Amino acid sequence: MKTKANQHGLETLLRFYREMQRVRQFDQKAAELFTQGRMAGNIHTCVGQEATAVGACQALEPTDFITATHRGHGHCLAKGGRAAIMMAELFGKATGYCKGKGGSMHIADLGLGILGANGIVGAGIPIAAGSALASKIKGGREVTLAFFGDGASNEGAFHEALNMASAWRLPVIFLCENNKYGVSVAIDRVTSIADIADRAKAYDIPGIVVDGNDVVAVFEAVSAAAARARAGEGPSLIEAKTYRHRGHYEGDPQIYKPADEVAAWKKRDPLILLQDAILALDPAAADKLAAVEDEIRREIEDAVRFAEESPYPGPAEVVSDVYAADNERSVAR
Amino acid sequence: MKTITYGQAISEALREEMLRDDNVFILGEDMAVMGSVFGLTKGFLEEFGENRVIDTPISEAGFTAMAVGAALRGLRPVVEIMYVDFTPVCFDAIVNQAAKMRYMTGGQTSVPLVIRCPGGAGRRNAGQHSQSLEALFTHIPGLKVIAPSTPADMKGLLKAAIRDDDPVICIEHKLLYAAKGEVPEGEHLIPLGSAAVRRPGRDVTVIAWSRQVHSALEAAKTLAAEGIDAEVIDLRSLVPLDWETLASSVRKTHRAVIVHEAVKRGGYGGELAAQIGEDLFDSLDAPVKRVAGLNVVPPFSPALEDFIYPNPGDIAAAVRETLGR
Ligand SMILES: Cc1ncc(C[n+]2csc(CCOP(=O)(O)OP(=O)(O)O)c2C)c(N)n1
Repeated sequence: MKTKANQHGLETLLRFYREMQRVRQFDQKAAELFTQGRMAGNIHTCVGQEATAVGACQALEPTDFITATHRGHGHCLAKGGRAAIMMAELFGKATGYCKGKGGSMHIADLGLGILGANGIVGAGIPIAAGSALASKIKGGREVTLAFFGDGASNEGAFHEALNMASAWRLPVIFLCENNKYGVSVAIDRVTSIADIADRAKAYDIPGIVVDGNDVVAVFEAVSAAAARARAGEGPSLIEAKTYRHRGHYEGDPQIYKPADEVAAWKKRDPLILLQDAILALDPAAADKLAAVEDEIRREIEDAVRFAEESPYPGPAEVVSDVYAADNERSVAR
Repeated sequence: MKTITYGQAISEALREEMLRDDNVFILGEDMAVMGSVFGLTKGFLEEFGENRVIDTPISEAGFTAMAVGAALRGLRPVVEIMYVDFTPVCFDAIVNQAAKMRYMTGGQTSVPLVIRCPGGAGRRNAGQHSQSLEALFTHIPGLKVIAPSTPADMKGLLKAAIRDDDPVICIEHKLLYAAKGEVPEGEHLIPLGSAAVRRPGRDVTVIAWSRQVHSALEAAKTLAAEGIDAEVIDLRSLVPLDWETLASSVRKTHRAVIVHEAVKRGGYGGELAAQIGEDLFDSLDAPVKRVAGLNVVPPFSPALEDFIYPNPGDIAAAVRETLGR
């Protein structure tokens, strides 16, 4: 990051930092609330992976689309999701993005181009390719980006989607967040190649490895892939090497992670890396960084307050939204 | 007798069968190093080694079909699919391969495969992690389906399933893993296709499986206080079905209420109601009733989730209605 960051100017870097703080503070707060038993279900945080979510979404336009994963809070926030409405969804409130029906793993806002987080590993990959197919059929210039993990790249859905997207030169970006683990299983125990990006060769598309903790590197790689997609040159596979700092889910004791590995990655915390780069560019920016943190802290506090004060959906809501036009007998009988 | 949890019963069944038969091996996501996400196979890797306790990649379609291949070669794989909701990812392996192999080869081979998967709602896990999908499997000839409700049944049925030469889907209710119960010491087997009468009664037959057996028993307690004597049958094995136990109960009580957590439409309760209607019409004093999940997607919000599946009050109300009270 030492070399490239300064080419983007202080303002851009501060914008990235602000977005990464939102993602970090949102998930830290969610984990805290969950541990306190103030939230039901379970949650998967992306603490440590903020640079991929933010770097990728900053390279997209508001009219572009994404599919997110079960670890999708960061993806959705980075694509423009509002913290308060997301938090309300995590609380199962009527004011949430999905009226409390989806919860943490299913946040969607079609208006923001968020085609949905997903509880089924790998399922979003061909859905993103399908969105890209729609752009091709309709003649739109939108790009769709699929976020997925290293684990998901072993699902059949990944391979089938890459093949079709490549054969039909679809405007889609496959962004693998390789955080090394699928729950407890280290990727190298179930995959023989070192870089998931190498699989691109099999489908004759570019396969790029980037430092997933370097927001600028992710931003540049996704910008290039988006330009390629918009030019009609087809999909790209980008592998962002990153790390999840917390457990797979909250409460996961993480017995499968070596302590030195955790420590080494903590030193490469994407927020600290970006902070260092900003201060190297302008030592006087420290105040600005602190102000950003404060501003986001207030935003997240407001989000929690909004979520807590919001009403639960009423019992009648349990039977609505099953179909576009609900037929009483089909739902009730 | 000893008291263990439903989860420990699974553990014991797997371990005992692996010790008894070298051909038994287990595979699935997070089974080995982590000992499964529900902690059911802790220590298995150390005891049995990595050829028999396999951490798979997240490739359900691939590893379930591989289990079919291994079964064709004489091994007895026990696959864990982390949630029943993920079985659609590997449906071809289950529906078109495992289930049909014996028939389409004219009986040359069998697929002694067990697929274990947690099902059921109640943990605020939303639409893709809370379903009861047993009816999908009961619809497929060639598959057997069990859904135990107690630790003893879990242990006895899972061991029998592992020894069975046909593919068996074992649906475990995730809210029951911590439930405790008495299990006989020593070898304990329950033949597939044998129902259990959990509570004898004269006035009405309540048929249930998995977690809803407990709701049915609770309802029966309430009803007993009102002078209604309900017989509660725990099907525990859906295919094969213990028709004899079920039919003799309905012949005695003349009334049947079927309870399941799965959505009502297309649920296995409909099949049972039809069989009772066809075969036992003359014994019936009232139409067969179904108490089942709403025909909706499991909602996330705690404020909504509890409305979707039957509770003891719903069951008691259905029984009263059947009896015209
Ligand atoms: C089809 C399917 N299989 C298994 C799971 C259970 N599961 C949820 S997340 C996960 C690990 C995913 O790993 P990866 O794709 O690397 O993403 P990460 O969690 O590391 O972000 C698993 C196995 C699931 N939700 N869906």
